[in-house]
Amino acid sequence: MDILETAQSALTAILANRMRSFLTILGIVIGVTSVILLISLVSGLKTYITSQIEGLGSNLLIVIPGRIGGARSPGGIQANRLVYSDAVNLRNNLSDEAQVSAAIQRNVTLKFGNKTDKGAAVFGVEANYWKIITIKLTEGRFFRQSEQQSSKKMAVIGPTVKINLFGEGKALGQTIDVAGQKYTVIGILGPRGAVFGIDFDNSIYIPFQTAQRQFGIDRLNTIYISAGSADNVKDVQNKAISLLQKRLSEDEFTVQTQEQTLSIISQVTGVLTAALGGIAAISLIVGGIGIMNIMLVSVTERTREIGLRKAVGAKSKDIRNQFLIEAVVLSGLGGIIGIILGIGISLIIGRFFTTTVPLWSVALSFGFSMLVGVIFGVAPAIRAAKLDPIEALRHE
Amino acid sequence: MKQSLLVKLSRINKIYHTGEIALQALKDISLEVRKGEFVAIIGASGSGKSTLMNIIGLLDHPTSGKYELDGQDSSHLKEDTLAQIRNKKIGFVFQSFNLLPRTTAMDNVAIPLIYAGLSRSERMDRAKQALEQVGLDDKLASHPNQLSGGQQQRVAIARALVNNPGIILADEPTGNLDTKSGSEIMRIFERFHKLGKTIIMITHEDDIAKHAKRVIRMKDGQIWTS
Repeated sequence: MDILETAQSALTAILANRMRSFLTILGIVIGVTSVILLISLVSGLKTYITSQIEGLGSNLLIVIPGRIGGARSPGGIQANRLVYSDAVNLRNNLSDEAQVSAAIQRNVTLKFGNKTDKGAAVFGVEANYWKIITIKLTEGRFFRQSEQQSSKKMAVIGPTVKINLFGEGKALGQTIDVAGQKYTVIGILGPRGAVFGIDFDNSIYIPFQTAQRQFGIDRLNTIYISAGSADNVKDVQNKAISLLQKRLSEDEFTVQTQEQTLSIISQVTGVLTAALGGIAAISLIVGGIGIMNIMLVSVTERTREIGLRKAVGAKSKDIRNQFLIEAVVLSGLGGIIGIILGIGISLIIGRFFTTTVPLWSVALSFGFSMLVGVIFGVAPAIRAAKLDPIEALRHE
Repeated sequence: MKQSLLVKLSRINKIYHTGEIALQALKDISLEVRKGEFVAIIGASGSGKSTLMNIIGLLDHPTSGKYELDGQDSSHLKEDTLAQIRNKKIGFVFQSFNLLPRTTAMDNVAIPLIYAGLSRSERMDRAKQALEQVGLDDKLASHPNQLSGGQQQRVAIARALVNNPGIILADEPTGNLDTKSGSEIMRIFERFHKLGKTIIMITHEDDIAKHAKRVIRMKDGQIWTS
């Protein structure tokens, strides 16, 4: 009898005992479902973040205080020494194609009439920020360079802020309260979404100098640079590093390209995938113990069958294979049900969040569930194969 | 006409050790069975007849002595080789039938052929023929629990015959049956005996033993008359 036929008769035996078989494979089903689901969520998250970041343009570079990815990373907290003159230095000395905008950020409470928006992010940026970062406006306009330099109190608001403060009402031209000072709304942004719980739409953009004056900060959170074209990115990065090194030490700043940002995201999601997948895999192992348990019961129940098979000519390996294949068919069945459930649930969640089910996660979890069947099926199968036919035939 | 020797036991001893106590189940048994014979081994429980049966059936090893089956000395053969010989040369019929539940008569009969390496279609053909020989061609797809005791034992006989073995070993084949079904089974054995099959049957009933052409009486692990 070949493997396929043995598997077929194993399946018949499994279906004859539907309830018991179902409970046995439940652990494997849950394990495979959660592996597929968690991986689909993380890789969906990765796809989403990647598209968000790529949406900002591939020729974007950012300068941030501190050092990322070096030997001393994460290297504790260092005082931020990045200031506006560094941004000016870059603007004056990088090629003409390059655009540079300094940025500072604060979280404040916004008010309009009796409505408030707590925890909104206020970004102080320069007028050419809009040439570097591509965000579409749904209404109004951005502020101009002259307005930025003369510290006008103007604000471009994100869609969440618009809804929180104005609802369906008119926002453009209204005056809002930003941490105690009055700003005129001149533009409303299109939606950008949220990543890692940060809602980019719950933010407002005000002129850099205005923000600096109001909040009394001179340290920058970020300097945004557009290299002009993708080919220039590497040159601009090197030039920016050497320019900044004239005043700052190597570990006081990082100039990061989009490509590097993406590779960090990729690392983070990789770790996340491994951690979540690993936790889910534990339930596969628990499922394996369930299979081992039921196979041991099955060997005891079918002792006479084993005795008879041996008496009429089954070799030890025939008996061993029969029970091993039964265990693998059980766990494989659990794997298939788990895959169907996992993909199904991930499709349902996919209506609300981005989820993608990579083929490798399906192959991995199915392979792992089969492996669990082999590992936990071996001991009962060997026990069955070792039975003495006379003893086994006498078994009641 | 003298038929060739099928079973030859020479000075077989079997001793069971349970802890400190040694029990001699068989004492110096010598026995020959020729092709085509119908032999009954009769004895009370504990007489050693089952042990003898297990040794003839290659399910158990003698402690000492020599057993030749069909001219082949079986003393030094490995388990898997013994399994192969059982498959080809011996057909077992048990007191308690030992049919697999939730399995059709056909599939039950075909089990020995699985281990003979036959394809499924060949197995089904031969299982069907074997069931026809015991008059159960209308019960091919029945499960054991849908059959009477006599019918179940006939399925078991079909299973014993299906791979065309040299010997049929029957261990109390009528022990679980009423008289009517029992004599039905004996008629089947007699018919196969006439067709030239070698049958060795264990029983404790004289009524059953009398169907055989030769009766061997056992007591305390020894043969008394043969």
